[in-house]
Amino acid sequence: MRPDIPLWLRVLAPCVIALGLLLLWEVLVRSLKIPKFVLPPPSLIYEALLEDLPSLLASLWVTLKVTLEAFSIASIGGVLLAILCARSRLFELCLFPYAVILQVTPVVAIAPLILIWVGVEHLERAVLILASIVAFFPILSNTILGLKSVNPDLVSMFSLYHARSWQRLILLDLPNALPYLLAGMKISGGLALIGAVVAEFVAGSGNGTGLAWRVVESANDLNIPRMFAALTLLSSLGLLIFLLMNGLSFLLLRHWHESAMRREG
Amino acid sequence: MNLAPHEFMTGSRPLIRLHDVSKKYRSGTVALHRIRLDIGRGEFVSLLGPSGCGKSSLLRMIAGLATPTSGEIDWPTAEYDVRYQPRPKLSFVFQEPTLMPWATIFDNVFLPLRLAGIPRSAATPRIMDALSSVGLDKFAGAYPRQLSGGMKMRASIARALVTEPDLLLMDEPFAALDEITRSRLNDDLLKVFQAQKWTVIFVTHSVFESVYLSSRLLVLSSRPGRIIADLPISAAYPRDQAFRTDPAYIALCREASSALTSAMGAAVEAH
Repeated sequence: MRPDIPLWLRVLAPCVIALGLLLLWEVLVRSLKIPKFVLPPPSLIYEALLEDLPSLLASLWVTLKVTLEAFSIASIGGVLLAILCARSRLFELCLFPYAVILQVTPVVAIAPLILIWVGVEHLERAVLILASIVAFFPILSNTILGLKSVNPDLVSMFSLYHARSWQRLILLDLPNALPYLLAGMKISGGLALIGAVVAEFVAGSGNGTGLAWRVVESANDLNIPRMFAALTLLSSLGLLIFLLMNGLSFLLLRHWHESAMRREG
Repeated sequence: MNLAPHEFMTGSRPLIRLHDVSKKYRSGTVALHRIRLDIGRGEFVSLLGPSGCGKSSLLRMIAGLATPTSGEIDWPTAEYDVRYQPRPKLSFVFQEPTLMPWATIFDNVFLPLRLAGIPRSAATPRIMDALSSVGLDKFAGAYPRQLSGGMKMRASIARALVTEPDLLLMDEPFAALDEITRSRLNDDLLKVFQAQKWTVIFVTHSVFESVYLSSRLLVLSSRPGRIIADLPISAAYPRDQAFRTDPAYIALCREASSALTSAMGAAVEAH
């Protein structure tokens, strides 16, 4: 965050660019007479959004819910496993390779397997599991790094004052890991949404109710304006998660971490 | 427990007794060789020596943060609590301020009491006392990064004070500070030392600092570390800046310097 650009300008500048681009888009599509099933003008997308708003919002809610659930599962599970890994080298050696394998295997490829395991009648469960898997790894690996990078003199000090294991965890290891955890959560927030969308693409054979399925459905109907409307909502959701994570990070780190500091000019 | 002859005469037993303490690193380097040393209550002992003479290792072993390869460290006067703390209360000041960046100065100083299970409300007066004795009472709510290097070190000292330790161990605490800050902190440390009636063991490689502060100066040779000089510094406390130009001070600095020079030479002669 550079202090030399005032806040209003930092907000206004991207908005002006967005408006300009939308205007250019509208003008080009109209003047070149591009058919609306190839590229609809923004005005038409807006109309489609308003027209289907109730059903699109319902889909948005489904996707939002599964994303947040997956994100929570990944965060809590990732932190708990990271604590175990940081405490026991053996546990880490046993667990970590499998976490990596889970991470490097494309989620699309394991989706059918998960679907079979949870049963086609529990589609939303499969989507939740897949999104959690995708979001899990950055939290695990970042938190392990944070838990392990504690200042050794502080560790000595804690043992000098006979700190118990849980006291060291709560007063030293976890606060030290917080910036790393938040960096992991920033990545995972976006990944949870991507995971939810991909999982729904793979899983949703007519049963899908989330935004991803609305994209597929609109493509099948050649209703491109509605597809763009669904896409716009998806992007907004991703943006919202990103902004929320940034805000949370700033709120928690503003007093002490370099990343959240405003430097004096 | 066997008493050394002088104990029958003086009736006082040392706070710490080191019996032939040696430390060998895993690499095979002998850091310390058969250190035999008594430190009495109320002494301000400086350990002076070239880099790598094992003076920090000695301090860490006294703190229980490392164990001797051979020999023993005894606490003849300590009240033994068999279950928990078979030692007097120790505090350690590291070379870096070693504050938790996410906690306010108040919370950093609160830490040792908090770990001992003392509630915040009961600890608050003690914390404020410790902070005001190092001149930081107005900065209780500040975060470490808002403070200068010297102020961070003061906070670190306040954290060591707050437990009212019997023994304060300091590992080159002022080495990273500029000369002016260092000299002011020396004076402030002496003030607190007199007020609290502590025992201090202070590791440094500054001749002037060690002579200025201590009541007893131990010079260590390097590899293996051995005590090659044990100089009493009898100048009375309180000492102030005038002491720095006192002929006695200058003579002691000369003596310590030549001991240090021969300490470097001893390193070459040592097997």
